[in-house]
Amino acid sequence: MTTATRKSTSKARPATVRAAATPAPETITTYDVDKVRADFPILRQKIRGRTLVYLDNAATSQKPQSVINSVTRYYERDNANIHRGVHFLSEHATEEHESARTAIQGFLNAAHSKEIIFVRGTTEAINLVAQTYGRVHIGAGDEILITAMEHHSNIVPWQLLCEEKGAKLRVAPINDRGELLIDEFASLLGPKTKIAAVTHVSNALGSITPIRRMIELAHARNIPVLIDGAQAVPHLKVDVQALDCDFYAFSGHKLYGPTGIGVLYGKTALLEAMPPYQGGGDMISSVTFEKTLFNKLPFKFEAGTPDISGAIGLGAAIRYLDGMGIESVAAHEHDLLEYATEKVSAIPGIRLVGTAKEKAGVLSFVMEGIHPHDIGTILDQQGIAIRTGHHCSQPVMQRFDIPATARASFALYNTRDEVDALAAGIEKVREVFA
Amino acid sequence: MADLRDLYQDVILEHSKAPRNFRELAKANHKAEGFNPLCGDRFTVYLDLDGESIRDISFQGSGCAISKASASMMTQSLKGKTRADAEKLFGRFHDMVTGHAPSNLEQLGKLTVFSGVSEFPVRVKCATLAWHTLQAALEGKQDAISTE
Repeated sequence: MTTATRKSTSKARPATVRAAATPAPETITTYDVDKVRADFPILRQKIRGRTLVYLDNAATSQKPQSVINSVTRYYERDNANIHRGVHFLSEHATEEHESARTAIQGFLNAAHSKEIIFVRGTTEAINLVAQTYGRVHIGAGDEILITAMEHHSNIVPWQLLCEEKGAKLRVAPINDRGELLIDEFASLLGPKTKIAAVTHVSNALGSITPIRRMIELAHARNIPVLIDGAQAVPHLKVDVQALDCDFYAFSGHKLYGPTGIGVLYGKTALLEAMPPYQGGGDMISSVTFEKTLFNKLPFKFEAGTPDISGAIGLGAAIRYLDGMGIESVAAHEHDLLEYATEKVSAIPGIRLVGTAKEKAGVLSFVMEGIHPHDIGTILDQQGIAIRTGHHCSQPVMQRFDIPATARASFALYNTRDEVDALAAGIEKVREVFA
Repeated sequence: MADLRDLYQDVILEHSKAPRNFRELAKANHKAEGFNPLCGDRFTVYLDLDGESIRDISFQGSGCAISKASASMMTQSLKGKTRADAEKLFGRFHDMVTGHAPSNLEQLGKLTVFSGVSEFPVRVKCATLAWHTLQAALEGKQDAISTE
């Protein structure tokens, strides 16, 4: 690979878009990262006198001007409560809110827009499924299958349910590269397994899990599958119908949208059979003190006034991403990750954590004799933002027998120059500790 | 990079690489575990108390350079001191790293190398973890203490 800084001109690479239902179109796109960066006002600022190098995208991504404008415009022009008002503003706000739902339907290729439930984020989406589907279908002695590289948000909701019901959490192991052991996963699917809840891309390691195969294996035993897609949707084309997953959860803020908004996709038949999550306004069709009838999908799961501006902002984020083409974004990020892997692993004393063959977005590493927290502070002094710690994945840290890692994570606006800055920053860490 | 050198002074780096009193204390009659969930630092502080006086003190565990050096230098400065001395010193140390410079800074002795921490607010927990753990050990608390 050449190391010269350049605008990447690349074909969509099947390796990074394995989750795609349809093969990536063979169009050659010129990816102009400078033009992309101009869309993100936050990237123009200096941090500690240096140009910001933002490499903490797996925690949250920055927002393009179009997303910021959509939220501002909503409050300046359209603000009203939705779904029940008869006045102009309410109708208009409802239209905007629902058009965001349609945009998300298209983004995931869901069969119906009513399968898109707005929630606060991935965490709430998983809790929703655990507390509704889970409480109905999981009982004493039953099993819930997850993997060894889940975020706490795909562990704890299931542990709470297991405690309540006397069910058991089973964990499919990974190898030293951070790859799921698919045969072990298959052998853990048994007659007692009532749901499998698995990550699509590991936030701590960057590993892409073979979810298509995992779903096939689970479905062969009539076990539904929930996918935690928080780290996947910014990097991979996701087609929920092609995957045939039962639930798919993601957060808006990691996808260039606002915080506080996220999505639960669920198959219609499952969602219709599930009891409501929270009770309140909007989720009912009629209420008397004797009996309440619940609203139809998706509103049954959206009690109370929702995060209207958040949904509109997420819709704008998805239109932004659609405009660029997720395939060309994936190719750009794949190129960056390969370059960063090569560059950082060449630094003496560095050990990469998570070296799966299929990866997206994340470069986790440790340095001999230097704690990740010290790496983070020294990089920050150079205007470079990375994440240090356990990344809400303490079991992953235990698996690799380390307290923490330093994690650089990439987005569509990152450049090879920034990877060079990261590598130079790590050299500075070595100097301080020499 | 003057700022960084304020934080990572040579004495601190030296202690983090070769911490003093870094062992389990067989004769300990007080001990406590401290945990910083933010970065995964985890230390145990061991005390051999003879009435009010600290006959011996040691620590074990893992953490960043700041937390390890702080624990190391804490044990050095407290050996042979009284419980009251330890509490007074922690108060002054805490004031210094949180940017409330105590009037009698000189009484902190070598520990003044940590004054640069006040410029790095997120690292205050690293510098004080061992001290909080010490306090728990002195008070005879059984549960692991946490900085969160």
